[in-house]
Amino acid sequence: MDPLIEARALTKRFGGFVAVDGIDFVIRPGEAFGFLGPNGAGKSSTMRMIGCVSPVSGGTLRVLGMDPAADGAQIRARLGVVPQEDNLDTELTVWDNLMIYGRYFDLPRAEIRRRAEELLEFVQLTDRRDSRVDPLSGGMKRRLTIARALINEPEVLLLDEPTTGLDPQARHMLWERLYRLKQDGVTLVLTTHYMDEAEQLCDRLVIMDAGRIVAEGSPRDLVATHATREVVELRFGRAAEQHAALARVRTLAPRVEPVADRLLVYTDDGDATAAAVTADGVGAASVLVRRASLEDVFLILTGRTLEE
Amino acid sequence: MSARMGSMRVLPPLGARQRPWRMVERNVLAYRRTWYVFLSGFFEPVLFLLSIGIGVGKLVGKLPFDGHLVDYKQFVAPGLLASAAMNGSLLDTTFNFFVKYKYSHTYDAILATPLGTGDVATGEVVWALMRGAIYSTAFLLTMVAFGLVPSWWALLVVPVAVLIGFAFAGAGLAGTTFMRSWVDFDYVTLALVPLFLFSATFFPLSQYPAGLQAVIRLTPLYQGVVLERALVLGHMQWTLLVHAAYLAVMGAVGLRVAARRIGRLLQP
Amino acid sequence: MSTPPVVRVMEREARVLARLWRGMVFSTLLSPLLFLAAMGLGLGGLVKAHTGRVAGLTYLDFVAPGLMVASAMQLAANEAMWPVLGGVKWMKTFHATVATPITAGEIVVGYVLWVVVRAIGASTVFFVVAALLGAVPSAWGVLAIPAAALCAGAFAAPLAAYSVTLDTDLVFPVIMRVGVLPLFLFSGTFFPLSQLPSGLRPLAAMSPLWHGVELARGATTGTLHIGADIVHVLVLLACVGAGFAWGRRTFARRLTS
Repeated sequence: MDPLIEARALTKRFGGFVAVDGIDFVIRPGEAFGFLGPNGAGKSSTMRMIGCVSPVSGGTLRVLGMDPAADGAQIRARLGVVPQEDNLDTELTVWDNLMIYGRYFDLPRAEIRRRAEELLEFVQLTDRRDSRVDPLSGGMKRRLTIARALINEPEVLLLDEPTTGLDPQARHMLWERLYRLKQDGVTLVLTTHYMDEAEQLCDRLVIMDAGRIVAEGSPRDLVATHATREVVELRFGRAAEQHAALARVRTLAPRVEPVADRLLVYTDDGDATAAAVTADGVGAASVLVRRASLEDVFLILTGRTLEE
Repeated sequence: MSARMGSMRVLPPLGARQRPWRMVERNVLAYRRTWYVFLSGFFEPVLFLLSIGIGVGKLVGKLPFDGHLVDYKQFVAPGLLASAAMNGSLLDTTFNFFVKYKYSHTYDAILATPLGTGDVATGEVVWALMRGAIYSTAFLLTMVAFGLVPSWWALLVVPVAVLIGFAFAGAGLAGTTFMRSWVDFDYVTLALVPLFLFSATFFPLSQYPAGLQAVIRLTPLYQGVVLERALVLGHMQWTLLVHAAYLAVMGAVGLRVAARRIGRLLQP
Repeated sequence: MSTPPVVRVMEREARVLARLWRGMVFSTLLSPLLFLAAMGLGLGGLVKAHTGRVAGLTYLDFVAPGLMVASAMQLAANEAMWPVLGGVKWMKTFHATVATPITAGEIVVGYVLWVVVRAIGASTVFFVVAALLGAVPSAWGVLAIPAAALCAGAFAAPLAAYSVTLDTDLVFPVIMRVGVLPLFLFSGTFFPLSQLPSGLRPLAAMSPLWHGVELARGATTGTLHIGADIVHVLVLLACVGAGFAWGRRTFARRLTS
C-alpha cells in the first residue's frame, strides 16, 4: 500500500534552533501512528509540517502523495487537525463553530448541517449546540475540536497531545471516540507524552527526543526490543539512602536506572530480583514489581523520563 | 523563503477566489449574536457631530471655505466621516487582527483548512472595508437628515470612505506584522489621536502656524478629510485626484509589505 | 508596623504600571493634552473670532477644566473595565490575591484607590500644562485636581463592581461608545449645558462628570459657589460609596464562591 505520509530527513529550523533534526518515517492508511516524546522533542513541529501550516526547512515530506509547499490547500482539504491548545472560535457558538468550519472547506450548507448534527451526537454535545464556547469544560472543548476536525470527513486526523490537561474520565471518553474513528478507517496521527495513551491508541509509534527519532515499532515490539520483561521499583525514605543503595543494587541486576524518587531495576524475573534485593538488605522502603512499559523504553534509550 | 512563497502561491484552481469571503462570512456570523456591538460603532461619529458640530458649532458660527461661508457643522461633518473611516479600518487591522492571531488563535484553526494566510489577510481587509462602507453610509444618511449635504457629489462619499479605509488597512496590517506584544499598540494610539484631532478635522488649516500647515498637508488623514469635505460641499477640483492617489498608493504599499510578511507571521 | 491590605493591593498595580508606563504616557497624559491643544487653541481660535467668550470665559479657559475631568473619567472607565475583568478571568490575579489574607472587599477598595491615584497623576500633569498655556486664571485652580480625582473614583467604583460580574469583554466597547463617550461630549465639557435642548438638561445634570466639571471649572476660574459645590462633592461621594458597597458584594461573589 502507498504510504499516506512519508518523511525523509525531515528538518525544521527556527533561526539557529533545530526543532526537528532529519527524521524519517512512513505512515500507512488506516493505522494509528504516534509520536511519543517529552515536551520539546519536536513532535508538534513535525505535526505542523504535516498539517501544511509550517514550511519544511529541509528534507522531503509527502502528504497524501502531494508536496505541502506546493499543494498545501489541497492537502489541508483532506486533513482534520486537533491542535494541542484548543483554538475554537470563542466569538461563535458550538453550532456556528461547526458551520463556519465546514464553510472554510467550501462544503454546501445543507451538507454541513447534516454532518454537524451527526458529529454533535458523536461527541455528545447535542444539548450544548447553542452554547457559547467559553463556558464549556476542557473535555467538552476538546470533543468539540475533534468534531470540528471531522467536518470535512478527513482521511487523516492529526491530534497534537489530544488528552493533555483532561481529567481521567474525559481522557477515557476521548480514547473511546478515537478508537471508533480508527475502526471506521480514519488514519490517526497523534503526538503524546503519555505512555499509556501511546499504548492504548497506537499501532505503531516513533519515540522522539531532542528532534530525533530514537526508536520505532509497535508498543509491544518496542518494549520487547529495548526493555526487559519486568521492572522492580525501589523507593527509599531519603534521597541519600537511595544514592547509597545504587551501587549495591547494580551488583544484583544488569541494568539499573535512578530517577528522582526511586530506582528502576530491569530484569526478566521481577520476583527473583525483588527477593534478592530484600535478602541483600538494601533497605528500600517499598519494593514493587511491574511489567515494563514504553516509559521504560524511553528511560533506557535517553536516560530521562517522559515527564521531565 | 521559497517554501513559504510556494505555499501562498499555488492554490487549487477551484474556489480559490471565494476563499477570502469565508473570512467575511465568519465575521458576519460572529456579529450576528453581538449585533449591538456592531451597532454601537455607528454612534461615535454621530455623537461627535451632535456635540462638536452642533453644540460647539453654535459658538463658532460660519467659516469661510473656498470663498463661501459654510456652517461649522457642515464643515466638521465630512471630517468626522473621514476620521471614522480611518478609525474603524485601523482598529480592525491592528488590535482586532492581533488579538485574533496572538490570543484567541482564531487564525491557527482557519489555516488548518484549505484557507491560506493570503486568504485570511485579504478576507479581514475586505471585511474591514465592508464595515467601513456600512458605517459611512449610515453617517452620510444622518448628515442628509440634518440637512448638511448640499451637493450630489456626495454620492462619492462612501466610495472615498472605503478608499480611506483601504489606505489605513494597508498601513495597519503592515504595522501589525512588526508588533511583538500588545504593548506595542500604544504606537497605534499615538498615531490615531493626533491624526483625528489635527487633520483639519475640527478647524481649517489656516488656524495652524505656517510651518505646521506644511506638515499637516503631508499627513494621510488630511487627504481623506479634504476629499470628503469637497464632495459634501460640492467644491470639485482636479487636485482632489492627487489626494485620492496618495491614499491609493498608501494602501497598496501597505498591503504589499503586509503580504510579504504575514505568511511568516501566521505560519512560523 | 504592617502595611494595610488595601495598600498592598495598590502596590501590585503599581508594579504592573512600572512595566507599562509607555502606554500610560500616550493614552492618559499625551492624548488629553492633544485634545486641549486642538479644542482649546485650534477650535478656541474660531470661537474667539465669532462669539468671543463662552459663559464669560475664553474658550480655552472654558474647555481646559472640562477636558481635565473628562480625561480622568476616561482613565477611570478604562481601568475599571478590561483590567478588572482580566483580574478575574484572563489573568486571575485577583484570585491569587484573595488567596492571601487580603479580602475581596479590600481588593475593590485598593484597586479603585489605585485608579484614583493614577487620575491624580494624570490630572496634575494636565493641570501644569494648562496653567502654562494660561488656562488657569485663579489660584484656587489647584483644587481642580482633587475634583478630577473624586470624579475618577465616582466612575471607577461602580464600573469595577459591574465589570467583575461579566464573562466577556464584549459589552465594554458598547459602554465606552454609548455611555462614556456621550458623557464626555455632553456634560458641559465642550459647551455649556444651557445650550442643550431643555428636555436634555436635567439628564445631563445627573451625569457625575458634569458635577466634576462644575467643581473643576469653579476652581480654575475662581468662581466657587459653596452651596452648589457641596452638592457636587456629595453626589460624587455618593457614587463612590455606592460603588464600594456594590463592589464588595460582586467581588466577594466572584472571588470566593
